[in-house]
Amino acid sequence: MDIAFLLNGETVTLRDVDPTMTTLDWLRDSRGLTGTKEGCNEGDCGACTVMVTDAQGTRGLNACLLFLPQLNGKAVTTVEGLAGPDGNLHPVQEAMVTHHGSQCGFCTPGIVVSLAAGQIAGETDHEQQLAGNLCRCTGYAPIMKAAKAAAQKPVPKWLQDLPTGPARRGLSQAKLPASVDALAEFLLANPSARIVAGATDIGLWVNKDFRDLGEVVFVSQIEEMARVETAPYMIRIGAAATVEHLRLALQDHHPHFARMLARFASAQVRNAATIGGNIANGSPIGDTPPPLIALGASLLLRRGDFTREILLEDFFLDYGRQDIHPGEFVEAITVPRDPGAPDRLKVYKLSKRFDQDISAVLGAFNIAIEDGKVQSARIAFGGMAGIPKRATAIEAALVGKPWTRETVEAAMGAITEDFTPLSDLRASMGYRLVAGSNMLLRYWLEDEGMATSVTGVSA
Amino acid sequence: MSVSSPLPHDSAPLHVTGAARYIDDIPTPPDTLHLAFGLSDEAHGIVVSADLSEVRAAPGVVAVLTAADLDRPTDVSPAAHDEPLLATGEVHYHGQPIFLVVATSHRAARAAARLGKIEIEPRPAILTIDDALKAQSYFEGGPLTWTRGDVEAALADAPRVIEGEIEIGGQEHFYLEGQAALAVPGEAGEMVVHASTQHPTEIQHKVAEALGLHMNAVRVETRRMGGAFGGKESQGNAPAVACAIVAARTGQPCKMRYDRDDDMVITGKRHDFRIRYKVGVNTGGRLLAVDFTHLVRAGWSQDLTAPVADRAMLHADNAYFIPAIRIESHRLRTNTASATAFRGFGGPQGMLGIERVIDHVAHELGLDPLAVRRKNFYTKTKVQETHYGQPVTGFVLPDIVKVLVDSSDYEKRRATIAEWNAESEVLKRGIALTPVKFGISFTLTHLNQAGALVHVYQDGSVHLNHGGTEMGQGLNQKIAQVAAEAFGVGVDRVQITATDTQKVPNTSATAASSGSDLNGMAAKAACDEIKGRMVRFLSKKHGVKPKELAFKGGKVHLGGLQLSFEDAAMECYEGRVSLSATGFYKTPDVAWDRERGSGHPFYYFAHGAAVTEVVIDTLTGEYRLLRADILHDVGESLNPAIDTGQIEGGYVQGVGWLTTEELVWDGKGRLATHAPSTYKIPAASDIPDTLNVALWGQPNTVPTIYRSKAVGEPPFMLGISAFMALSDAIAACGAAYPALDAPATPERVLMTARRVRR
Repeated sequence: MDIAFLLNGETVTLRDVDPTMTTLDWLRDSRGLTGTKEGCNEGDCGACTVMVTDAQGTRGLNACLLFLPQLNGKAVTTVEGLAGPDGNLHPVQEAMVTHHGSQCGFCTPGIVVSLAAGQIAGETDHEQQLAGNLCRCTGYAPIMKAAKAAAQKPVPKWLQDLPTGPARRGLSQAKLPASVDALAEFLLANPSARIVAGATDIGLWVNKDFRDLGEVVFVSQIEEMARVETAPYMIRIGAAATVEHLRLALQDHHPHFARMLARFASAQVRNAATIGGNIANGSPIGDTPPPLIALGASLLLRRGDFTREILLEDFFLDYGRQDIHPGEFVEAITVPRDPGAPDRLKVYKLSKRFDQDISAVLGAFNIAIEDGKVQSARIAFGGMAGIPKRATAIEAALVGKPWTRETVEAAMGAITEDFTPLSDLRASMGYRLVAGSNMLLRYWLEDEGMATSVTGVSA
Repeated sequence: MSVSSPLPHDSAPLHVTGAARYIDDIPTPPDTLHLAFGLSDEAHGIVVSADLSEVRAAPGVVAVLTAADLDRPTDVSPAAHDEPLLATGEVHYHGQPIFLVVATSHRAARAAARLGKIEIEPRPAILTIDDALKAQSYFEGGPLTWTRGDVEAALADAPRVIEGEIEIGGQEHFYLEGQAALAVPGEAGEMVVHASTQHPTEIQHKVAEALGLHMNAVRVETRRMGGAFGGKESQGNAPAVACAIVAARTGQPCKMRYDRDDDMVITGKRHDFRIRYKVGVNTGGRLLAVDFTHLVRAGWSQDLTAPVADRAMLHADNAYFIPAIRIESHRLRTNTASATAFRGFGGPQGMLGIERVIDHVAHELGLDPLAVRRKNFYTKTKVQETHYGQPVTGFVLPDIVKVLVDSSDYEKRRATIAEWNAESEVLKRGIALTPVKFGISFTLTHLNQAGALVHVYQDGSVHLNHGGTEMGQGLNQKIAQVAAEAFGVGVDRVQITATDTQKVPNTSATAASSGSDLNGMAAKAACDEIKGRMVRFLSKKHGVKPKELAFKGGKVHLGGLQLSFEDAAMECYEGRVSLSATGFYKTPDVAWDRERGSGHPFYYFAHGAAVTEVVIDTLTGEYRLLRADILHDVGESLNPAIDTGQIEGGYVQGVGWLTTEELVWDGKGRLATHAPSTYKIPAASDIPDTLNVALWGQPNTVPTIYRSKAVGEPPFMLGISAFMALSDAIAACGAAYPALDAPATPERVLMTARRVRR
């Protein structure tokens, strides 16, 4: 493929690039820019964080899960490009020195780039910004001090208004369609082509399993597919919208869902990963399908000019099997909205580590109460079955009953009718069942006004 | 004054700009070859056949080697000669290297390594402690036991006897930079190896052995590591030896770096332990006798298990005088990766054992665990001996704890938490204060030595090398401050370059927290030697008495006269004074008989204490750390900023060990948690909302470098306070003792809370 982008302000044009060459390998091996480090090559450590700017803004991304064609028409800044033209350190770099934020220094370039990207994006929650940057030496305390100190400083002028890259000069080609129609056309002609969106999952197939992806098509240029639009009676989420975009868009409508998404992987992964990808890869432990199912979301599938809409819960047929045909793709997700009704959605994510961990169990609860009785219940879980799945037995045990602790405790027992989860490295079957059913109790206790969240407590 | 200044790490400006070079960043010639290992997919078995034709045919592959292709048997173990570089017929763990792929790129080598068709006839695999006990699978022929007093009699007479057991999981180092080495062949068979290692001399020794050379033909250079934590003490031997062998054969530079998954599967981790205890106490909580059994899962080879398990025994008392004690240590051979050095080197496990005992005793007797801890502390007034016969002198813990109890408001918070818990159904808080007393010195006495090489150039700049390695701990910065102090110049005048076996020979590993103690003294000795020559020459030349000379503020003061240091250096040079010297140091007063478990293994003890408060969620077992207060004894700090960094980092790493860092092996001995996606070290939000760290600044009672104390390992064990706080929170759920195992994952916290509640 042929691509063009800006690297630390300089235009780079590449011909015939391997579409699955990662930005990390290319920076290190072809450009000699070795400041960007490989710590895990799977997007979990952040040592390879680079800053990418386009029309949507500036964000940190993991270079190990970023194929070169995804950069087409964008601007990339690496740690080598952070200091000013006169050699002045970036405020984050300076603060990291002053506050002793580096020890071995290997994670440091990623941390510096992450914080610099966060500063431009206006992120003030430094823990959240750095959840995807692992440091094994410092225990983070001095890094947090540095982050706070740097946040007091303005974005340095040499990084203000970063050029969004040679957007119009990005090379156009069939494998980088710029419209949904063009994508539909390409997939109709190449039904076996693999769609690459954020590459946060597919990147692992390449880096860890050495899989040959065959024909690929990238959706990174399709702006119309990356939008989240709110209408009076629905929210339409383009399949290529990132998780971070969705998090921001949902804050007003489903704040609890949005809060859970702050624990979805890391800033770098949320900035890349798409909702379409989180659904279409069919993972039983993706964090967006259960809440979307609990909200009654539908999926808009398209093949050529033909579109069909199905309930999201019907998309997942069995482990690794989805209701999708060759040449077909997820174009959008629609979430019904009732502006008059209160938001009753609560989403509980449970993982070994609080941030940046794959869920052991994720429970989404949307229970409407009227006159003290359960009027409707939509409950869906991740991590409890081979697919994201509704808890129909629990729902049945609730609907029509008085919204009391007795009802809730009786319904909790129905979890074994709904699920027979696996025991694996993340959790045992027993733990999944106990913790999963306890989430329902938590939902009720929260309705009663009881404090149940560890994040709400201070010493 | 250079010493005691909180100066930044000397490489900090390089770290933040990406300019600091690690092994994989060193520019290499285009003909550099890249290596990857093909690994065993059985935990134990006999290699029946190896079809490597697809590997050889893979794109970019230059050669494929098995053990049979090597010129001589090639061992990569630190001492026992029980670790062939490549398996020789029998495989002993899942992930053991069987063949070596040589290719034109890192990716080509890794991809090809997957294509080997190795047929292995499985043999019964000993995976767990229970498997090993059943099979009587031991290193050193059986358990090692140390005893003081008549434990049986003391237990029989004790008013209360309490028994229990704790599982203590292992820990992956997760240094951010994986194992890496680059070998560059020179003329006449010489070999230069750049290695990410804590132990350049050992790499030099193993490479020389593998190539059939004397050590003088091999030079090993280590500029810095991207973290190590003990994981690069012996585990870097294999990639360095592999690179050197292929470089010698091909005449081309060879590089090997483990991919993260390979690294986690191949290399050793912290030893997991099961500790059984039977303890006799009086009703006031005084320990009368403790009988410990340490069951240690060592993995397939000896590596450093013997000294690690010894150190666990040496820290079985932590800070407490135990009149009668018996420790039986079982070093169990299993078909898993060979457990290795990791910050604390067995000390943490031994210490957790006795802290668990105290916590259990307090619970049974209805006492505050802190009261039981204080009651059993070694006394300051009357010097008592440890169970291995070393007098506990300079014991500052009672004072540290007193100050910390006040500064952390421990008593009041404990009462507040109890009230809060009574009102809170779902959430429970817990608090705990735990102390650390950690012995400083290598227990293998001859390792307690170090060398340094110092040059003063005619322009007054100072160049220094020492035997220690830089892994992020700021050793070079501290040593530079020592040298700057000696010459009375600014630290910017001192340049320390890569650790190099040709500059300083016969070095010990940078381990056992000894880096600045040993190398600081050696560097000072070299500086003092040069200074002495300068003093003799300058005093004679300027007609002042030697004792009237002083080096300070970048000047040499000669009575009333002042010379800039650079002028002084020039005068000495022109006066034909040698301005280069080596320095040497060996720790005094250490002696140790490990068979009998008796002697004076440690030069001194480092101390510290931490209070941690947590909150747990009894619906899911999730928890957060709310606040931690630490007071740690670093003697007179060489650099308070760097020491604080070690304390904070050590604490958080210790918390990780005991909370979210869970290693899971499946029934076939495969490590299921072999990447950061599945193995969870603390992230930024896992640290306490409030983390107060203070230094106990009293000078060391023994003459160490500027009366400072070692700081690398001791703070790691402050993390035990978080584990005990979790136990305390769980105890609020019911009457039973939680008997929490480690790591305390949310699952373990929930299941333990349910047991306590029942």
